[in-house]
Amino acid sequence: MDEHTKYDKLKNIIKTYLPEDVSVNDIEMNSHFINGLNINSANLVDIVLDVEDEFDIMLENEDMDKMQTVEDAIQIINTKLA
Amino acid sequence: MGSRVVVTGLGVCAPNGVGLNSFYESMQMGVSGIRHFPELEELNFGCQVAGAPQISQEQLHSYFTSLEQRGLKATGIIYGVMAGLDAWKDAALPLAAENTPDWDSGIVFGSGTLGVAKFNEAMNLVDVGNVRRLGSTTVIQTMASGVSAYLGGKIGCGNQVTTNSSACTTGTEALLMGYDRIKNGQAERMLVGSCSDSGPYVWGGFDAMRILPRNFNDRPESASRPMSASAQGFVPGSGAGALVLESLDSAKARGANIYAEVLGGNINSGGQRGGGTMTAPNSESVQRCILSALENSKVQASEVDVVNGHLTATSKDALEIENWSRALKRKGGNFPLINSFKGHFGHCLSAAGSIELVACVLQLKEQMVFGNLNCEDLHPEIDKIISSDCVPHKSMKTDFQVLAKASFGFGDVNACAIFRTY
Repeated sequence: MDEHTKYDKLKNIIKTYLPEDVSVNDIEMNSHFINGLNINSANLVDIVLDVEDEFDIMLENEDMDKMQTVEDAIQIINTKLA
Repeated sequence: MGSRVVVTGLGVCAPNGVGLNSFYESMQMGVSGIRHFPELEELNFGCQVAGAPQISQEQLHSYFTSLEQRGLKATGIIYGVMAGLDAWKDAALPLAAENTPDWDSGIVFGSGTLGVAKFNEAMNLVDVGNVRRLGSTTVIQTMASGVSAYLGGKIGCGNQVTTNSSACTTGTEALLMGYDRIKNGQAERMLVGSCSDSGPYVWGGFDAMRILPRNFNDRPESASRPMSASAQGFVPGSGAGALVLESLDSAKARGANIYAEVLGGNINSGGQRGGGTMTAPNSESVQRCILSALENSKVQASEVDVVNGHLTATSKDALEIENWSRALKRKGGNFPLINSFKGHFGHCLSAAGSIELVACVLQLKEQMVFGNLNCEDLHPEIDKIISSDCVPHKSMKTDFQVLAKASFGFGDVNACAIFRTY
């Protein structure tokens, strides 16, 4: 899976959890899920579950703690897929 | 003395009508919402007929964001939010602005058991050691107050936001709790109502108690037979009803449409003594509840024009009529007009009181008494107490002022509310 596909898949997951006043175009590599994209912190666990389903991987507790930005998520996905 | 309290908004999600117009039409025309459920047949239920609101995906979209719809399995929350928001809109009240809750508006929205289908999903994951996969909404969909919490956030209520639970009395109790709060000057507006989940996990326990009819699986619309000699038990239902209660001052100040006035009411329990049990009423407490409701409302028994009973279509219907007759000291042709709406949509359990209250208030506003379904063969024990003329089969226009509504529930609990036209 190339980087572009991964990023698109991740953006597609994040899109569902964006508040009304944040657009999918606002998502950038360095976007912080809670502070940047204003995603409800409760929904971070749902994003993790969606990532697991989409990429057929399993995240550990420490991965979840580390996953603060879009870039963090991509790195975790890359490590798991490697 | 306290504030006078009026009804300024109605919303409903019932087995025979979703939305006020559709519901009113069904009640007026005597349209049943009882259907055969193939799912119940596959699961070996004795009673395979039930009532559940029929909601389209399109309707769901206008009440819940697509994020909220993900994994949304608590049908009680779906029904409650739809009915509650409809009532708020019907009252022409705004949703609170982004940073300012409406401090004078609150919610009492009851439930029986909430989100059982979500609970089932969660339990299956927990049992196989997969708790990490529950997601973020298991708690909010299964907490009893999930429905009032969803409504409170959507509307932006800054007053008391709570959920009450008293079995089949829940809806009428919610109304009286909201009424008290406004009367005491603690709130200007209270959204009151109740909801009940649908589905086999809710209805199964009643089927196991063998108190549901088993011989009408091929004739669903005939299954729910309040006051009938051939009644065989109650048909389980589900849904939600909602009413906006408001101080008369607030309603007048904003020129609100007023449906009716809530004069008062009472809530009590038979203490599971004196004939009362977990599942049967203490008759003395039922009569006391009705009498104190009248007293509290400053209404004479002779003034009651219409009664909407609890009347579930079990062997207890005749006893309920006897209790009304003794409490009101009226019998034969002198008894008020009486109806039960459970013939239309079954017994909607924790939602029963509120859905029936919506219909009661519509009766007052439209000066119309809805006909009873499926009691052409009035139970002989009822026929001995009141004239069959008091039990209309067809909806009829009639001038009347005072309506009494009662709900009774497991645990030997009672609630009675009194309304007058405004």
